[in-house]
Amino acid sequence: MTTAPAVVPRRSGTAARVPVALLVPAIGGLIFLVLPLAGLLWRTPWATLPQRLAEPEVREALKLSLLTASLATLLCLFLGVPLAWLLARVDFPGRRLVRALITVPLVLPPVVGGIALLLALGRRGLLGSWLDSTFGVTLPFTTTGVVIAEAFVAMPFLVISVEGALRGADTRFEEAAATLGATRWTTFTHVTLPLVAPGIAAGGVLCWARALGEFGATITFAGNYPGITQTMPLAVYQTMESGDLDGAVVLSLLLLAVSVTILAALRDRWLTAP
Amino acid sequence: MKLKFAAAGLATVLAFGLAGCGDDTSSGTPAAGGSSSSAVTGTVTVFAAASLTESFTTLGKQFEAAHQGTTVKFNFAGSSALATQINQGAPADVFASASPKTMTTVTEAGNGAGAATTFVKNQLVIAVAKGNPKKIAGLADLTKPGLKVALCADAVPCGAAAKTALEASGVKLTPVTLEQDVKAALSKVKLGEVDAALVYRTDAQVSTADVDAVEFPESAKAINDYPIVVLKNAANPAGGQAFVDYVLSADGKTVLTAAGFQAP
Repeated sequence: MTTAPAVVPRRSGTAARVPVALLVPAIGGLIFLVLPLAGLLWRTPWATLPQRLAEPEVREALKLSLLTASLATLLCLFLGVPLAWLLARVDFPGRRLVRALITVPLVLPPVVGGIALLLALGRRGLLGSWLDSTFGVTLPFTTTGVVIAEAFVAMPFLVISVEGALRGADTRFEEAAATLGATRWTTFTHVTLPLVAPGIAAGGVLCWARALGEFGATITFAGNYPGITQTMPLAVYQTMESGDLDGAVVLSLLLLAVSVTILAALRDRWLTAP
Repeated sequence: MKLKFAAAGLATVLAFGLAGCGDDTSSGTPAAGGSSSSAVTGTVTVFAAASLTESFTTLGKQFEAAHQGTTVKFNFAGSSALATQINQGAPADVFASASPKTMTTVTEAGNGAGAATTFVKNQLVIAVAKGNPKKIAGLADLTKPGLKVALCADAVPCGAAAKTALEASGVKLTPVTLEQDVKAALSKVKLGEVDAALVYRTDAQVSTADVDAVEFPESAKAINDYPIVVLKNAANPAGGQAFVDYVLSADGKTVLTAAGFQAP
């Protein structure tokens, strides 16, 4: 994926050489993406902002969002990194199909994801009915259910990033370790992981951001109850539903601020191509 | 207040005036499809509460048949979401809400062309799995340990009605989820994820294949009025008015009563 380090001069005189045919649509694209955010800022009731943010429901939803998105990311790292390794390093039959299946949650409407989760892990679901009858465990309407819904939607981001990093990494180090007698596990933990750490971090950040914004699968699979399953996106929707547009704008702004802060803080470190 | 009414009256007159104009200009065309008042043409966009989905879909088809050349487009969702969309300028001709309170947010923002008319009433029932395996006979049974109950969020009319009914009965109930509209609450019962949900009788009636409805006396204290109005910024005010008239007509009443609604 990654090529040899570019030696193109990055700064001097580039602006002058940008063709108008590219510059105009590029600026159009930027405006298209940023304008709705400007609309949010424009409509924000700044005067009542602090008191609205101090409301316990808001704090509760934000806390739950941060917690579940972080747990979902951990779950994705635990399951997703080995999966990415498998896809990148082991040639097994049906690999292309597996890769295609993994990306399905990326394109699936989140509500469909929620229904699919219900049919698999719900009380009457494929696996869920067994969980319920054997262990008395039901996942819908629990905070665990939120984590699962978020992980389902966010995991592809992690797997794709890590797989890309693994494919771009130089395999000679791994081969060297193997010829020196290291087992595949030792090679993975001592050579491969450090090598692709930036890729894993980048994937983790993307995964976390996606989990934080998850709405459709959460409300369908995990339901909506303050303090247990009501994350920020659900709180925004509920506030909007109750006709309190100002409140919805405030919550949206808060969610946006958190995501942008994290993405911006981590971007220079991990998200830019090496 | 008076001024508001005057304005509303004026708007209505204008709407009818426009309808008249439409009649004049189209009188030369061979569009007279046989029915009495086919002055209306074009698309009528109706924003309606989720609980009206089935009955209004039927009414829409009948309306289209009665008024050749019209198409009725529906946007079904929770009343509050619809009200917000309308107040944010969504293009709609008619708004039918599941509660007067939600209707007020639209009319007080000056977006109704005239006063809203109540056209039906609806009552809550307890929707349970087919055969009522948990033997639920009334609101008090919903607090049984281990029982999972879905309610609508307070913000939407079915949630407000549920809250009123629960308060009237003195039952303290902790639901597992607060759904965004009545259809979502009912789906959770159909899927078996919850044991019961408070939904409208009309919604339970649509799903008799999957759920049973348990009537409870406290629902009489939480009856929902459904108001309907033509919107001020309607692109097709004549069509909107004709649709409202159709809902209020005898034909409309037949469809709505068959769906389980009560006359206002």
